Amino acid sequence: MIRFRAALIGLFTTAALSVSGRLLAQDTTQAQEGVRVGIEYRPGERPSIVVLPATGRDSARNVLLRDLDYSDRFEIIPVGSEGASTTVNYVLLRSLGADFGVELADVSGATAFRLHDMKTGTMRKEQRVNLPAPGDPNFRMTVHRIADEIVRSAIGTPGYATSQVVFLSNKRAYRVDSDGANMAVITPDGDEVLSPAWSPDGKRIAYTKFAAGQGSIVLIDVASGQRTVLAPTTKALNFTAAFSPDGRTLAFARATEEGTDIYTAEVATGCCLQRLTVGRYSDNLSPSYAPDGRRMAFVSTRAGLPQIYVMGADGTDQELLAPFDYGVTGSSNAPEWSPDGASVVFHRDVDRSPQIFVLDVAGRKVRQLTSSGRNEDPTWAPDGKHVAFVSDRSGTRQLWVIDIITGRVRQLTFTGGVRLPTWSRRF
Amino acid sequence: MHLQFRLLTIVAAVGLLACGKKPEPEAPAPQPTPTANQPAPTPPSEDAAAKAAREQAERDRLAREAAEKAAADRATALQQLVAMIHFDFDKADILSDDVSNLDRKAVIMQANTGVRIRVSGHADERGSDEYNLALGNRRAGAAKRQLVNKGVDAGRIEVISFGEERPLDPGHDEGAWGKNRRDEFEVTAGGESLVLPQ
Repeated sequence: MIRFRAALIGLFTTAALSVSGRLLAQDTTQAQEGVRVGIEYRPGERPSIVVLPATGRDSARNVLLRDLDYSDRFEIIPVGSEGASTTVNYVLLRSLGADFGVELADVSGATAFRLHDMKTGTMRKEQRVNLPAPGDPNFRMTVHRIADEIVRSAIGTPGYATSQVVFLSNKRAYRVDSDGANMAVITPDGDEVLSPAWSPDGKRIAYTKFAAGQGSIVLIDVASGQRTVLAPTTKALNFTAAFSPDGRTLAFARATEEGTDIYTAEVATGCCLQRLTVGRYSDNLSPSYAPDGRRMAFVSTRAGLPQIYVMGADGTDQELLAPFDYGVTGSSNAPEWSPDGASVVFHRDVDRSPQIFVLDVAGRKVRQLTSSGRNEDPTWAPDGKHVAFVSDRSGTRQLWVIDIITGRVRQLTFTGGVRLPTWSRRF
Repeated sequence: MHLQFRLLTIVAAVGLLACGKKPEPEAPAPQPTPTANQPAPTPPSEDAAAKAAREQAERDRLAREAAEKAAADRATALQQLVAMIHFDFDKADILSDDVSNLDRKAVIMQANTGVRIRVSGHADERGSDEYNLALGNRRAGAAKRQLVNKGVDAGRIEVISFGEERPLDPGHDEGAWGKNRRDEFEVTAGGESLVLPQ
């Protein structure tokens, strides 16, 4: 037992080192006038967690560990599985500085995931599941579901492990699990895809099928691949679709020779095309509903360069949303309203290179999140604390995920030419 | 030769009259035999055929030259009609360098009322992917507006946008971007009978 403790302490030191390494990996930011910059992160504030070794359940433990790590809400205290005790020892865990311990136990054939709270010395949560075999298509999602519950039980709001990001690569839409696993193509080879958007129920993707400068919006059922065309057109380009939170209405931009304006149509019938903006000499595009469905953020060039505006879901009360300095601030595009309604993320040109910004809707203050390379087209994770975006910082366009609390970034895709991500809600 | 022979005949006749005698029955004057001592002209039938052929060849030549000129004019008109115009970064304003280009297109379209065109606007890779679709649309619309202002019927001009989806130059520098910020023009009807106005 003494030898085991020494090994754990050794590992704890390693953990401390990796924490400072993580700090270096943050997306550093530089000061900009009128913009509150960067990430506020004080190490040590996050609760620490140990996932105890689980004999015969290494695969599940590894998926769970990665989910908890990617949640960015914990300091992970790494412990190896070799020779380790699998029973919970509160004294030992406390001596490691752990606030929480996760135990995977075998209870009459099922797997019990238990969250232990070191402060209270009690088991806070237990979930029993019949874990599919690691090769089963449902295995990872089952573990992800447990991970999201552990995060909720520990810090109050669930994680985002049970979600997928859809993105474009080589003109087709792909999906990938939030941890980077299970990448798969969604759309057929013949469709040149633009502007994908998840439906709120996570079953369908709306996208623009681009054809000779024109485009109709297609709804595809992700599971079956079945497609329907919404409001077909041969005379316009319909793009930047966004579902209303109840899933009934689709808002999108429609480019005709009169300009680009925002319209809505009913998802079920394609009926009742309604025009929300009248641009005349300006363009209006990229709508994104607030989670209450009453307002939408959008892009307009009414002041010259594209900037972020807001209006009622019926097109009334149009006004500026993200403040900018006329003639100074660069173009701002691709707004997406956060799941909690408090923020809008978008990208804005800084020295002709797009960077990710987040707007505090109530205070109308913007904060710059990135500064390394080109960073664009942000989309919120369902936890409202992470944002996926396209970045060329690795040399090719890839998806990266940033935690807006700590600023920690990680690369999500390792394929080529990735564009226009859209993050699902939790499955 | 013919003339000389006739003169001799006249002189002979005068000599006979000068004798004062009853003129003997006039010997028939030797008839000039026009065919005897001159090269044979082509028979009348052959002559007409050759003439017709010659004229036909001439007509063919003229037609061929006219066709060649028409084809060259058509190619010139087409070339002028589809000549691209370019834009400044994130702008859809027609550049002064391209005004004469568009004016010429308007003249050609007015001289060829059956011609219809499609204008497609393009952007470089730097702007937002989706914003660039709107920008390309605006660039195509700017060219259309200019042509309509010059008297071309709006119904003959279609506008579409490709955003940054179809770069001409795959490079990542100002040279490539400058080429990619463009309007392309495509003749969608009446291109086979284009005439070149003065």
